Amino acid sequence: MANIKDYIPIAGESTIEDLQLIARQLKGKVIQNINSTSLGGGVAEILNRMVPLLRELGVDTHWDQIKGEEAFFEVTKKFHNALHGRPQEISKRDFNLFMNISNWNIKNMNTYGDIVFIHDPQPIALVKKRKKNKWLWRCHVDVSSPDRRVWHFLMNFILNYDSAVFSSPNFSRKLPIRQFLIPPSIDPLSDKNKELPQEVITSVLAKYNVPCDKPIVTQISRFDPLKDPVGVIEAYKLVKKYIDCTLVLAGGTASDDPEGVRVLEEVRKRAEDDKDIHVLLLPHSDIEVNALQRASTVIVQKSLREGFGLTVAEALWKAKPVVASHTGGIPLQIKHKYSGLLCRSIEGAAFSIKQLLNSPRYAKKLGENGREHIKNNFLLTRHLRDYMLLFLSVYHKEDVVYL
Amino acid sequence: MPELIKDAQPFKFYTRLHLTELTGLRASNLSQLLKLIKKVPGSCIYHHTHRFLQQHQYLSPEPPNDFAYWVSEVLGEAALGEELASIDTIRFNTIRALREEIIETIEYYIKNNFFSRLKFSSEGEEFHFMKSVSFISPTKYIAYNLSDFAEILKKVTIDSIYFHIFEARLRLEKPANDFSCWIETSLGIKELADRIANLDPYTYTLDDLRQVLINVIENYMRNKN
Repeated sequence: MANIKDYIPIAGESTIEDLQLIARQLKGKVIQNINSTSLGGGVAEILNRMVPLLRELGVDTHWDQIKGEEAFFEVTKKFHNALHGRPQEISKRDFNLFMNISNWNIKNMNTYGDIVFIHDPQPIALVKKRKKNKWLWRCHVDVSSPDRRVWHFLMNFILNYDSAVFSSPNFSRKLPIRQFLIPPSIDPLSDKNKELPQEVITSVLAKYNVPCDKPIVTQISRFDPLKDPVGVIEAYKLVKKYIDCTLVLAGGTASDDPEGVRVLEEVRKRAEDDKDIHVLLLPHSDIEVNALQRASTVIVQKSLREGFGLTVAEALWKAKPVVASHTGGIPLQIKHKYSGLLCRSIEGAAFSIKQLLNSPRYAKKLGENGREHIKNNFLLTRHLRDYMLLFLSVYHKEDVVYL
Repeated sequence: MPELIKDAQPFKFYTRLHLTELTGLRASNLSQLLKLIKKVPGSCIYHHTHRFLQQHQYLSPEPPNDFAYWVSEVLGEAALGEELASIDTIRFNTIRALREEIIETIEYYIKNNFFSRLKFSSEGEEFHFMKSVSFISPTKYIAYNLSDFAEILKKVTIDSIYFHIFEARLRLEKPANDFSCWIETSLGIKELADRIANLDPYTYTLDDLRQVLINVIENYMRNKN
């Protein structure tokens, strides 16, 4: 695993010096991250990189997970979908189950941090344990038009935090607590994003029987209705009428996402009549994801809702042309026609994919601009800086802070 | 590079790191935008007139003014967008004065373009008011003379350059940018100080601005030798 100095060639020495400078201001403070899973999904991925680097910078950082059984995660997945605005049947029993498991965690978890940093709705109720320490709630979900019942339920807890953190300004709403904008980030040195030799890329394509004799259109995402894999197949079919290409739909599942298996089955069924569609259930292999992205001609992220859409940043970092939905945090990463193409429908996605496949020079320029935009704004070093400033902000209420 | 002038007071480089705070306030048409521009804290006006400078270091595809971008791209009011983008921010010494100019520009436009107030953004494309929280900290870099100064300019982060050129002048309401102040008062080189003060930093990317500053200083030193 990379250490902080390995980022100097990408971010610059003075950027790393700035991180060390802020870290010194946090000396003596214990930061405790809490979420619901250590594996799978964007949150765990970020914390897996963030925690060791914060420690290396001298910030005493810890990461704990709440406990929960499958029924609890079924309920939190319903909450997740409802916050994204997808209609869900949530019964009183579901709310009670959420509170029962939350109460068990409240009773059994030690919230020892000077700053307790809660990620997403699953552990949100822990704030009931709040004493004199500071509490931050990090919302990774698109809450631009949430189900009101679930949002009001969560508000009972949110109000007790010092600050909330969102990934996009679209998710903010009037709150009686401070709220900050911190988009997530990608790690340029991780297995998922580092440079790969061509042999590795070729061998991954061979392993999954993906031919490289025609353009490859790829969506990498968990198998989740909100990522609209079926919509991607529909868009591909519109493209395929004019351009011979291959579609790769690849993703894994997260341990807190019981819906994944059902969606994967549906996608496989929709794809079974076309041998140029490759539906790949990947193990947790970041190198394989990296290779598939690098082998792609165009990368798609046709989400119906999106917290941030880290796969877009990953694709742009590899200078790939991207077609992605105008939702959640995606417009922060793509300026339409400058660093990618934004779409709002299956037909729009298909048109943009055709445009990029037929205009490789234009596609290349969009990819190059996209890479620079990610380099300047969405790398792990910026994220580390923002999190440390966030931790400092709980001790400073003013707009200009002299350290 | 020969030492030129030993100064009385060294220049201490600071850096400015910022966190974006959300207000939850949003506008979906020109009237709402105007109303909120009048009401929000100065930190919001500062944020929306400077954010792009730091976000698009490589190539700036948009004006360094969120209001101009939004009214052009989302509401389709390109003429107003152009007027807002061409507000000469460098002329203003305070956020208050800059805010007044933005308000006057929008009010005048609405008065003369009645239908502009009937246009609404679509869902998800509203203007979201945010503000900048600045964390200012000294760096390890100190310049004792002009050649030190030029060398350090090559090393410091663009956040440091940003702080001394933009933030110190407008947000902290100093009479000029920090570099010009030091070069004039400590080194006594008014000619060079004026040359830097006369740059319009809003029309450069920060990487370009760094290079322009280095060139101006190195050219001056070469000509004096």
